[in-house]
Order: sequence, then structure tokens, then C-alpha cells
Amino acid sequence: MTKPRGATRVLVQVLAVLLAIAYLIPVYMTLVTSLKDPKEINLMTAWQLPSQVNWESYSTAFRQFAPYLKNSFTLAICATALSAIMGSLNGYVLSKYPLPGRNIIMPLIVFGMFIPYQSVLVPLFQFMQRTKLYGGLPGLILVHVVYGLPITTLLFRSFYEEIPTELIGAASIDGADFFGIFRYVILPLSGPPFLVVCIWQFTQIWNEFLFAVTLTRPNAQPITVALANLAGGQAVSWNLPMAGSVLAAMPTVLIYILLGRYFVRGLLAGALKG
Amino acid sequence: MTAGLTGNPPERTVKDMQSRRDQVMAAVIILPSVILLGIFVYGFIAQTVRVSMTDWGQEAAMVINPKITYVGMANYRELFTGFLNMRFRQDLTNMFFFTLLFVGFSLLVGLLLAVLIEQLVWGETFFRTVFLYPMSLSFVVTGTIWRWLLQPRGGINALPTLVGLPAGKFLWLTSREQTLTFDWSHIFHYLCLGVLIVSAAAAFSSWTGGDRRKLRARLAICAVLIGILASGILTRIKLLPFAEAHGFNKALWGVVIAAVWQMSGYTMALYLAGLRTIPDELREAARVDGASKFQVYRYVDFPLLGPITVSAVVILGHIALKIFDLIFAMAGPDHYPTSVPAITMFLKTFRGNELAVGSAIGVILLILVSLLIIPYLVTSFRAEER
Repeated sequence: MTKPRGATRVLVQVLAVLLAIAYLIPVYMTLVTSLKDPKEINLMTAWQLPSQVNWESYSTAFRQFAPYLKNSFTLAICATALSAIMGSLNGYVLSKYPLPGRNIIMPLIVFGMFIPYQSVLVPLFQFMQRTKLYGGLPGLILVHVVYGLPITTLLFRSFYEEIPTELIGAASIDGADFFGIFRYVILPLSGPPFLVVCIWQFTQIWNEFLFAVTLTRPNAQPITVALANLAGGQAVSWNLPMAGSVLAAMPTVLIYILLGRYFVRGLLAGALKG
Repeated sequence: MTAGLTGNPPERTVKDMQSRRDQVMAAVIILPSVILLGIFVYGFIAQTVRVSMTDWGQEAAMVINPKITYVGMANYRELFTGFLNMRFRQDLTNMFFFTLLFVGFSLLVGLLLAVLIEQLVWGETFFRTVFLYPMSLSFVVTGTIWRWLLQPRGGINALPTLVGLPAGKFLWLTSREQTLTFDWSHIFHYLCLGVLIVSAAAAFSSWTGGDRRKLRARLAICAVLIGILASGILTRIKLLPFAEAHGFNKALWGVVIAAVWQMSGYTMALYLAGLRTIPDELREAARVDGASKFQVYRYVDFPLLGPITVSAVVILGHIALKIFDLIFAMAGPDHYPTSVPAITMFLKTFRGNELAVGSAIGVILLILVSLLIIPYLVTSFRAEER
């Protein structure tokens, strides 16, 4: 596309800088507030830099949040790994094997990622209580694996459809069976899709709140619930919620900054064919 | 480029080369997922529908073998017309306005950002990263931060004082003001008006698209709807024995701002991907024909972005209908002016132990989301089969 020249060129650049500042304002406010002494936090001077940098909020927030961060890591890593592995196998089957009813199965699976979870929450809650899974991390992991299957299956299927069928035909003539093909043809080509799917799932599960707040007891709660509880309390000064927000946001923001390209691919794959 | 959820159709499978055993193996591998989703999605939805038609709640929820009776549609009737459920009706109103504003502004801002980035001479990657980073945050984090930014006497409202202007006075989250009020008794009248607006828009698009047959059919629908509205038939239906005012709560602006800040980068990414697939030759041809820069956007780029806009409306729309965590973190679940059905469902089910009423709200949400998602899925997968 042709780029503008002269005055418009400057105007466009200035506009972009202004908008970027607007998008970064919340980061500025969060950092500034989290680095202030609680006594210094005051609505009228909220925009000013701290007179003295005070790291204490971070050590307090970290001490308070460490168990919940650990829960979130356990939850997100286990659920991501399991749903990615299952999604990969599903995607392989659904893209390369002509099973009966395949055309109906896919939309039925994909519908599962759009439903409002409020419409399954009551039976899910009962089910968890009956199976004694309610309240703990294993139960929450199971829930995230199951409701993560639609998107992981969909993503892997669209990746695997790009793998030429001749490759599989050749492997099959060489005597490779179902798992042989998966192991020697599909998996070696699965690096990027696994990265995209894992980044997507990790971010989603780390950030999730509804299941976390309804299906866990306090000792198994992930960071999102702990943060909401802390910030929802009335008598708290704002330095702790802000430091807590930074801790809660750190893993996913780091992933985004380091692996943004793959993050965006996952983002787009949900809505676009391209 | 076509919009859709799916990849290429798997026309060339390796049926001939696959042994019977591999086929069975494939079925065995997919079976656990199919069973799990069958139970956790469709089985649980069916169970929710069943529970929503009972009186299961309060004391009955606490005992081991509760006595539960079937009450038919009573819970739904209560929610839409019962004296005690006024909050739910305002929830629906809030959800409607939030969805409209959130989707509208996300599309607008996203498109603006995408066009801007296309025009940049330097720093493209940097600006794209900055506009998209809020997408990687949790709604709980966004809610916590914006709750602080939208404090009535600080944050955004104090921003003008930095350059010597008077402070802002708007109560972003706590305002109790309501505008665009209407009487809930006349809800069918307004629903009809809504359908009329949608049909008129559809008629307009078939007029610009030059589809005569569709245009005539859509104009006929519009005429019928105008007739119904003018006759006032629908205002004579008495849904409630009393007048009940609902409207747009201004406190929702705070939630809309935070949500647009978080999700506009997503529409930007969609539009950027779309703009990149439009061949330069098309634009060149328009320019040779004497089109100005603006006209190139208006007549070449924007029409080709139509399918992407449809995808974005569906994705953002279903997020808006389900919104829960953002409002929970920003205003708390007990804050009336910004409540939505998902919040009330949570309170009824997990605090009030009214499992049947909570289920009914869940079903209503599912129906609303399905109206958006099912047509989208059907067209996406039908396009794939072709």
C-alpha cells in the first residue's frame, strides 16, 4: 500500500503516538500507584510519580499471592498440555480420516466453545460434587480440558489440513499405521501449531474467572479469584491491588511480548480462514 | 478471502490407503472427546433446561434428597413479569445497551487503528503491539485497573486538572442516572421496532447491492412491521399490571470504556489481516480511475472487509452477551446499575441457592448466544462442505 507524504505523514505519526499514550495510560497508573507508599496514595495526586520508590507492595503482594500463583501455574500448565495433546489427536483424525458423520461432528464440537458457561454451570457443579472433584485443582483442570477441546481440535484440524495427503499416502505405503503416521509425519510438522495452541490455551486458562470462582475452595483458587477478592474488599489501599494486577498479568503479557506473532495467529484462527 | 471458522475442506483423504484397523483406531481416538463434550456440553444443557422447569431452590438445595416438583415455565414467567424480578429485566436492558455500545465502538476504533497502522511510515510493529497488548490481560486485571482509573474524584476525571482545566465530574461506574427509559409492559412494541431497524438495514444493503428480489421481500417485511407499530396493537398487550421503567444506565459507560480498551486491538488485528489480503492492483485501478485516497477506502477496501466485520460482530457480540468477570471486578456483583444476567445468575445460584432460577437465566443466555452463533456456524461449515 502506498504511504502518505508530506503533512499527512506527520499527522498520521502524531495521531499514532497520541493513541499509543492513551492505550498505555492504564499501565502508567498501575505502576505509579503500585510503587507509592500507601500513605502517599491520594485521588488528587494519583497522576504524580511517587516521591520515593517503594517496592514493599510487591513483596507483600507476592507473599500474599504466591499460593494462588502456584495454583494458576499448575492449572494452566496441566490443562494446556492435556487439551493440546487431545486436540492434536482429534485434529489428526478429523482432517485425515473419513469417519461417518464427520460433517456433523465438527460444528457440534465447535458450538461448545461459544456457549455461555452459565448454561451448564448448575449440572457441572452437581457433577463435581458427586464425583468429589468439587473444590480442588484436579476438578478445575478437568473442566478446562473438556471446554478447551473445541478450540484445540479446531485449530489443529485447520493446521493439519494443510499437510499434503501424498505425504501420508507415502508413509502408509511404507507400512506406517495410524500411530506411525502420527509419529513420523504429523508430529514433526506440529511445532508451530503446538506453539499457537499452547499459547492460546495458557492465556485463556490463566485469565479465566467464572469456573475458578464457582468450582474451587479457597486453597485451590487461581490468581484471578484472589485478585478479585483483594480488590473487591473495601478498606484496601490501592497499592496492593495494583501490584497484584502486575503479578497476575505478568505471565500472559510476557508471552505476548515474546511470542506475539503466535498469539495473534491463535487470535485470528478463531474467526478467520486465511 | 472468506470469513469462516474453518480451514480447507479435506477433499483428498487417504481412504484407499488406510487399512480397516487404522479406521477403527481413528474412531477410538476421537471417541473420548466426543463422549466428554457430549456430556459436558449437550447433556448438561439438557439437564439445565430440566432444572429450570422445577422449583429447586433455597431449602431444597441444602438437603440431600430434596423434594423437587415440576413447575413448567413458571420460573421464566417470573423472570419476565414477576414483581420481584425487576432487577433481571434491568439486567437484560443493560446487556442490550452494553452489547450495542461495546461492539459498535470496538469495530469503529479497531478499523481506525488498522487504517492508521497501514499508513504509518515507521514503528508499525511497535504501535501494533501497544494497541493489542490489552488482549493478553485477564478481564479481572482490566477491571481492577480501570476501577481505580474511573474513581469519581481521581484518575480520568482528574486528568484535565494536569493542564489547568476543571476536573471531570462524570460518575463512570456509580452514576444512578438513566436515559432512554421505556415501559417494560411495551417490550414487544420495542422488539418490533428493533426488528424493523434490522430489516430496514437489510433492505438498504440489498438496494446498494442491486438485488431486486431480496429488496422487494425485505421492503414488504418493513411495511408489515410499520403497520403493526402504527396500529399500536403491541402496546395494548399488558405484560405487567403496572408500569415499570427501564433504560440505559449511564454507569455502563465505565464498563464500555474498559471493554473497548481491551478488545479494540482484536478488531484491529482482524481488519489488518483483511486489509493485507486486498491486492494492491485493485486500489491502483481505482486510483487510475481518479479515485481519491478516501474514495479508495470507501469503495475498494471497506466493502471487501464486510465478511470480516460479520465475524467480528459474532465474536464480540457473544463475548458481550456473556460478560461477567469484567463487571464483577470493576463494580462488584452487588452493584445494581451495572448488573447483567450473567451476574444475577451467579448470585441467584451460588448465594441465593435458587438453582432453578439460575438455570433459567442460563438457558435464556444460551438462547440469546445461539441466535448469534448458530447461523454463523451453519454458514461457515456449509461453505466448507462445498
